[in-house]
Amino acid sequence: MDLSQNHIHNQSAANLYYQFGSDNSFPGLGTQQQFPPFTSPFGASPSTNIPHMDWNPATMLDNLTFIEEKIRQVKDVIHTMVDSGGQLSCHQGEIAQKKQVVNADLTCLIVQLISTAGSLLPSLKNSSFLRHPAAGHMDMANHVGPSSGLVPNAMTVSEENKEDMCSPEDYEELFKGWTDGTIKEGIEIGNVLVEEQDMKDGDEGKDGENLPPGSCELLQLEKDEILAPHTHFCSICGKGFKRDANLRMHMRGHGDEYKSPAALAKPPRDASAEHELVKRYSCPFVSCKRNKLHKNFQPLKTILCVKNHYKRSHCEKSYTCSRCHTKKFSVMADLKTHEKHCGRDKWLCSCGTSFSRKDKLFAHVALFQGHTPALPSEEPKTCSDQISHAGSHQESTKVPNSMGSSFMWGASSGDNNALDIKGFDGCNDDFLSTANFGSFNLSFGPADGFTGEPSGGSFSMLPSEHFQSA
Amino acid sequence: MAAAAAQQHRHPKRRRLFLSPSPSPSPTPTLVAPPLVTLADELLFLVLDRVAQADPRALKSFALASRACHAAESRHRRVVRPLRPDLLPAALARYPCATRLDLSLCARVPDAALASAVSSSCSALRAVDLSRSRGFGAAGVTALAASCPGLADLDLSNGVDLGDAAAAEVGRARGLRRLSLARWKPLTDMGLGCVAVVCTELRELSLKWCLGVSDLGIQLLALKCRKLTSLDLSYTMITKDSFPAIMKLPNLQELTLVGCIGIDDDALDSLDKECSKSLQVLDMSQCQNITDVGVSSILKSVPNLLELDLSYCCPVTPSMVRSFQKIPKLQTLKLEGCKFMAYALKAIGTSCVSLRELSLSKCSGVMDTELSLAVSRLKNLLKLDITCCRNITDVSLAAITSSCTSLISLRMESCSRVSSGALQLIGKHCSHLEELDLTDSDLDDEGLKALARCSKLSSLKIGICLKIGDEGLTHIGRSCPKLRDIDLYRCGGLSDDGIIQIAQGCPMLECINLSYCTEITDRSLISLSKCAKLNTLEIRGCPMITSTGLSEIAMGCRLLSKLDIKKCFEINDVGMLYLSQFSHSLRQINLSYCSVTDIGLLSLSSISGLQNMTIVHLAGITPNGLTATLMVCGCLTKVKVHEAFKSMMPAHMIKNVEARGCVFQWIDKPFKVEVEPCDVWKQQSQDVLVR
Repeated sequence: MDLSQNHIHNQSAANLYYQFGSDNSFPGLGTQQQFPPFTSPFGASPSTNIPHMDWNPATMLDNLTFIEEKIRQVKDVIHTMVDSGGQLSCHQGEIAQKKQVVNADLTCLIVQLISTAGSLLPSLKNSSFLRHPAAGHMDMANHVGPSSGLVPNAMTVSEENKEDMCSPEDYEELFKGWTDGTIKEGIEIGNVLVEEQDMKDGDEGKDGENLPPGSCELLQLEKDEILAPHTHFCSICGKGFKRDANLRMHMRGHGDEYKSPAALAKPPRDASAEHELVKRYSCPFVSCKRNKLHKNFQPLKTILCVKNHYKRSHCEKSYTCSRCHTKKFSVMADLKTHEKHCGRDKWLCSCGTSFSRKDKLFAHVALFQGHTPALPSEEPKTCSDQISHAGSHQESTKVPNSMGSSFMWGASSGDNNALDIKGFDGCNDDFLSTANFGSFNLSFGPADGFTGEPSGGSFSMLPSEHFQSA
Repeated sequence: MAAAAAQQHRHPKRRRLFLSPSPSPSPTPTLVAPPLVTLADELLFLVLDRVAQADPRALKSFALASRACHAAESRHRRVVRPLRPDLLPAALARYPCATRLDLSLCARVPDAALASAVSSSCSALRAVDLSRSRGFGAAGVTALAASCPGLADLDLSNGVDLGDAAAAEVGRARGLRRLSLARWKPLTDMGLGCVAVVCTELRELSLKWCLGVSDLGIQLLALKCRKLTSLDLSYTMITKDSFPAIMKLPNLQELTLVGCIGIDDDALDSLDKECSKSLQVLDMSQCQNITDVGVSSILKSVPNLLELDLSYCCPVTPSMVRSFQKIPKLQTLKLEGCKFMAYALKAIGTSCVSLRELSLSKCSGVMDTELSLAVSRLKNLLKLDITCCRNITDVSLAAITSSCTSLISLRMESCSRVSSGALQLIGKHCSHLEELDLTDSDLDDEGLKALARCSKLSSLKIGICLKIGDEGLTHIGRSCPKLRDIDLYRCGGLSDDGIIQIAQGCPMLECINLSYCTEITDRSLISLSKCAKLNTLEIRGCPMITSTGLSEIAMGCRLLSKLDIKKCFEINDVGMLYLSQFSHSLRQINLSYCSVTDIGLLSLSSISGLQNMTIVHLAGITPNGLTATLMVCGCLTKVKVHEAFKSMMPAHMIKNVEARGCVFQWIDKPFKVEVEPCDVWKQQSQDVLVR
C-alpha cells in the first residue's frame, strides 16, 4: 500500500515539478532558484485544501484516517524493533535504519497534523494568535494539549516564514530539527540569541556608538565560524540552527525540562542583558575598520552583523541576480531585496550601473568623473523589451500568485477540490504565509518515511549538503 | 609644374624669410615670379580683407583671375555660408581653411548632406551654425562631431525635434566652448547630462525653451561645467533647487533667466550668504513670480553686477530701488514695461549713480517730476530709452538734455506730449548722439536743423513726423555723413529734394524707409542708387515710383538684400528683370499689388539666395507661373501667397516646396488699393490710443 501510494505521488509530483519549472516566475522566489521537488506524501490528499473556503468534513475525516493509519504503521515498526530488541543477531545498522524510518514517519505525521490543524488558521487569523506567536502558541499548547505541542511552534515558524517565504533552506533546517538524526559538530558561540528580525534593522551596527572600554565584551569570531550556515547552536549536542525557534523545537528532544511552555517561550532579553556584559564583535579581517586592531575601530553589534559584514565586505559575491545577470551579492537577503526592484531600473549610467530613480543616477554621475547618463540604446525595441520584460516580471509576480497557489493547494488537492484561484488571490498575507507553509509541508513529504527505505532516491532532489547533514 | 607651384604656395612665408635678408633688392630678370607668389599670405589676406570690405563680390572676380589667385582666395576664406546644402561638399572642398560654417541660409539640411559635407573635407571647422536649419537629426550631429575634432562653437538652436539622442552625440565634441540647444523641446536631463559630463570646456550655453530640462540636469551641469561664463536658461522650468548651484559657478558672468516662472522670491532668497562675485549680467525679465522683495534679496549676492534686466517683472518700489545701492557698479538697468510706484523713479537717481544705460520703455507711472530728478543725478548716462512714456512733457526733456549731455542714444518714440520747441533742445545739447528715435513726435524742420550739430548721427528714426519737410532733411544730409539708417515712414511732407540731399550727403547709407511718402518719384531712387552700401529699401505705398527708378537701384546698390515695393503699382516686369540681373544679394522681396506678371516673377527665380517672398494681389500672376517660380527658387524659406492660389496650385508641388524647408503663409486680406493720407492715418492711430 505504501509503495503504490508513493508511486502515485511521485508521479503527480513530477508533473507538478515540470509545471513549476516551466513557469519561471514563482511568487517570492528567484526565477531560477532551485526548489525542492514538490512531492507530497499525501498526494491527492485533500488535507491541503483550504478548509475555510470549502470546509469539507469528508476531507477532514480522510485526513484523520490517514493519520490513524500512519500511527499504526509506526507502531508496527516499533513493535518489530521491540521484538528484535533481544536478538543479538540484529545489526546495529538495521536498527539505525529503522530509527530513521520511524523518525521520517513521525515527521510525516507532524506535517499532516499541522496541515490539518492549519485549516483552523484562517478562522483564527484575526485573533492575536498570529500577531503574537509566543502568546498564541501558549494558548494553543494549552488547548491542544501536550500530545500536539508541535503545532503551535510550527505556526510560529509559518509566521516567521512571512519574512522570506519558501526559502528551501529554512524548511530543510526545520526538517532537520525534527528529524534530529545526526549530531553535527557545531561551534559553540555561547548563548547568543539573535532574533531573525534583527537582520534587517540591526545591520552592520550603528556607527558612532561610543562604549567605554571594558564596558563590553569584545568577541572575534573566526572566518569559519562566521561563514557557518547557522547561528543558533544546541548547547547539548552542538547542532546548529538558523532560527532560535528551530533550536527551541530541537531542545525538546533533549528532555522534558525543555518542553514546558516557559522553556519554549522566548527567553527574556533584558534578563540576560543585566547579567552579562554587552557583547560587541570584531571582524577577523585585519585592516578592516571593523577589526579591533584598526585605528578607528567600530565594533559590530550582533553576530548577524558580523556575518553580513564579513560576507559583504570580504567575501566573493556569489549570488547573481537572475534577472539582470549583472548585480552580484554575497548575502542572500541582499539579492532578494534587489530582485524585488530589478528590472524597474530604467535610469542607466554609461558604466552599466542602473538606478531606479533619476536623482540617484544624477548623484552617481555627479560623483564619478567620466560617467555619463546612458540613453536607452538606439533602437527603442531593446529599451521597450527591457521594460516590457520588467513589466512581465511585475505581472508575473501577480499572476503566478494565483498559479503558484493553485499549484500548492489546488493541484495537490485533487480533482474534486478545484480551488477558486481568484478567491485565493484576494487573501491577505497572513493567509499566504499559511499557504506557503502548506507547500513547505508537502515539499518535505518525500522523506523516506513512506517508502520505508532509509534515505536514497526520494531524497535526491534535495540539495546535497543539507541531505548530508540530515 | 603645377606641383612646383603648389609647393611654392605652401611655403610662401619661408620663401619670403629666405629672401628678405638678401642685400640685393633688385631681382634678377630671369627670376620673374608672379607677384602673388612673392607676397606673404598674411599680407595678401590683408589686401583681400580690404577688397572684400569694399565689395564682397570682388573676391569672386579675383579668384577667377588666375590659378594662383584662385588658390589664394581659397586659403583666404574663413567663413563659408552656402546657399544650398547639396553644394556643401563642394564648398568645403573649395575652402579647406574655412573655420566657420554658417548654414543659416539652408533651411533644410538632411543628415546625409551634413555627413557627406563634413566627412569629405578633413575639417578645420571650429564653428558651425545650424540654427536656422532643420531636417537633420542625431546622425547628422554624430557625423559633425566625429569629423570636426576642433569644433568649439556649435549653434543648434531651433532643433525643435532634437532630443536626448542628439544631445548625446553633441557630447562627442569634447572641445565645445559655445553651444546653443535653444528650443530643443524633447531634451531632458538625460541628454543635458551627457553634454554636461563630456563638454567640460563649455563657456557659453543656451538652454532657452528647453522645457524638458529640470533642476537635476541643471545641478549636474553646474557641477561639471565649472568654466561656464554665460548661461541662458530662459523659459526653462528651473526652480529654487538648482538656483544656488547655478550661482555657485565660479566663472559665471552672464545669467539669463527670462520667463523662468519657477524662480520666485523664495528661490532668490535661498542664497543666504552665497555670493557670486563673477556675475556681471543678470536678466530676469518676465519672471512673473518675482516681487520687489526677491529682487532686493538677490542683489545682496551679486555685488559686482554691471547689468540688470527686470523688464516686465514686477512693480518697481522705492525699497527695491534703494537695494540697488548694493550693486554700486551697475551700469545698465532695464525696467521695460514695469509699473513705477511713487518715489521709485526718483530713487534711481540716488541709488544708481554710475548708471550708463537706462531703459524705461513702456513703463507706466513715469512722471515729469520724478524723471527730471532722476536724470539730473545721472550725469554719465549714455543711453536712455523712454519709449511710450506718454506722460512726460517738455519738463522732462529739458532735464534730460541739460544734465545728460553725453547721451549717445535717445529713444523716445510716441512721447507725443513733448512739443517741437523742446525737441530742438536735443540737437542743441546732446551733440554726441549716434542713435535717435523720435518716431511719432512733433518734430519739425527747426528740430532737424538743431540736430545738424549731431555729426556722429548714425541712426535716425523720424517716422510719422508729419511736420518735417525737405528743408530739415537738407540739414541732416549736409551734416550727418555717418548716417546709416534713416526711417522716414509716412513723412507725408517730404518730396524728392529732401531725399536727394540725404542720398548725396550720406554715402554710408545702408537702410532707408520711405514707405507711404507718397510724393517721392524715381528721382529719389536714382539719387539713392549712388549709395553703394544700401541693403534695405522700403518704398511701400509710393505710387509714383516706376521700374525706371528700381532698375537704377538694382544697378547701383548691388548689396540690396531687402526690398519692399508693395503698392508701387507702376513697377512691372522690367524692374524685376533688372533685379534678377544685378541684385544677386536679394534675400527678401515684397511685391504685392505691383504690376508684375509671370515673366517678372520667373526672372526673379534666378536670384539664387532669395529666401522670402510676399506675392499677394498681383493681377498678372497665374498659378502656373507661381508654381514654376517656387520650384526654381531653391532657397525659399517663407512665401506669402493669396489663399486663392492654394487650391489652384498642384498639391504635390506645394508639398515639394515645403519639403525643401519653405513655409507657406496663405493670406486672405481684401484687395485694397487706396492709401490714406498720412495725417488721416496718424489721427486714426491716436484715436486708438485714446480709446
